[in-house]
Amino acid sequence: MPLPSTLTPIATQTLTSAAATVTFSNIPQTYTDLVIVSSLQGSRAIYGADLNTRYNGDSGTNYSVTRLQGDGSTASSARFTNETAINNAGSIGGDGSGIYTPNTIHIFNYSNTSVYKTSLSRNSHPTVVVQAFVGLWRSTAAITSIAFTGNGYNFNSGSTFTIYGIKAA
Amino acid sequence: MANMIPISTVTVGSGGASSIDFNSIPQTYTDLVMKLSLRSTRTAFAQDDLYYKYNGSSTSNSGIQIRASGSAVISTSGWITYNYGGQVDSNSATSNTFSNIDIYIPNYSGSNNKSSSVDGIEENNATEAYANLLANLWSNTSPITSIALTLGAGNFVQYSSATLYGIRKY
Repeated sequence: MPLPSTLTPIATQTLTSAAATVTFSNIPQTYTDLVIVSSLQGSRAIYGADLNTRYNGDSGTNYSVTRLQGDGSTASSARFTNETAINNAGSIGGDGSGIYTPNTIHIFNYSNTSVYKTSLSRNSHPTVVVQAFVGLWRSTAAITSIAFTGNGYNFNSGSTFTIYGIKAA
Repeated sequence: MANMIPISTVTVGSGGASSIDFNSIPQTYTDLVMKLSLRSTRTAFAQDDLYYKYNGSSTSNSGIQIRASGSAVISTSGWITYNYGGQVDSNSATSNTFSNIDIYIPNYSGSNNKSSSVDGIEENNATEAYANLLANLWSNTSPITSIALTLGAGNFVQYSSATLYGIRKY
């Protein structure tokens, strides 16, 4: 996903030990969009972990996802409704592989209390799968926190997460 | 603080160029981004292939592509001797049309193997044109100090351009 030139870093987390959850809290409401760029490895062999994403601690069935992916032989698309999180990666760098995979999530109008929140994301695992996602959170609440989990697996030490704010002109 | 810092821009002059090179890349950023506007001199076909290599290395690469052509979506993998950047407009494509490609390289100066992500389009006023998503890996722990862009068959035409940015996370 192209990165805008008006990115302002809000916070970075670099894991110095394995973590089941990475959370950004108290997100300032002074931007228009958010971009989260991560470099990820998980505790599961080969597939690493997922990158489940929840806003404001909401664990209800308020999320939906459309996924496009290719695994090197087959291209496919799938639809997921009434999910309890947006999965922005079906596979990240696997445990012991030496691979940290890039992932980018663009969240639009995160502070706008009149609209549901949509996102576009890209996940690139060079030996497993290339993916693109559209996500929806059916809530008009402003996003003040974002939590990432590996769907039962940890994010390994050395994984990094950076959240940027984008201001409209 | 602006965190996306232009490091270098190359614009191809008259006569074209067989490669676009970024050398002596500073090791002071966390990630790299390349934004490319490219067209090839290749004749007889509307597309050429973009390759990129790090530090002059022609080994230990791999990758996966997903490509949409307007009528089909396919996924392929491979590429041992280079990182693959997808298709680029060539001489038989619609005139004045340049492909646009973004390449993101996290932790380029770290001691991990080097992954990268590619989003690109090859537009053409024809039945077939391509959109590409790719993941690439250079299985080498060396810091990336140089990047070379080349094409599979032709040269880069005049006005092709490439800008390398450094990303700071603070």
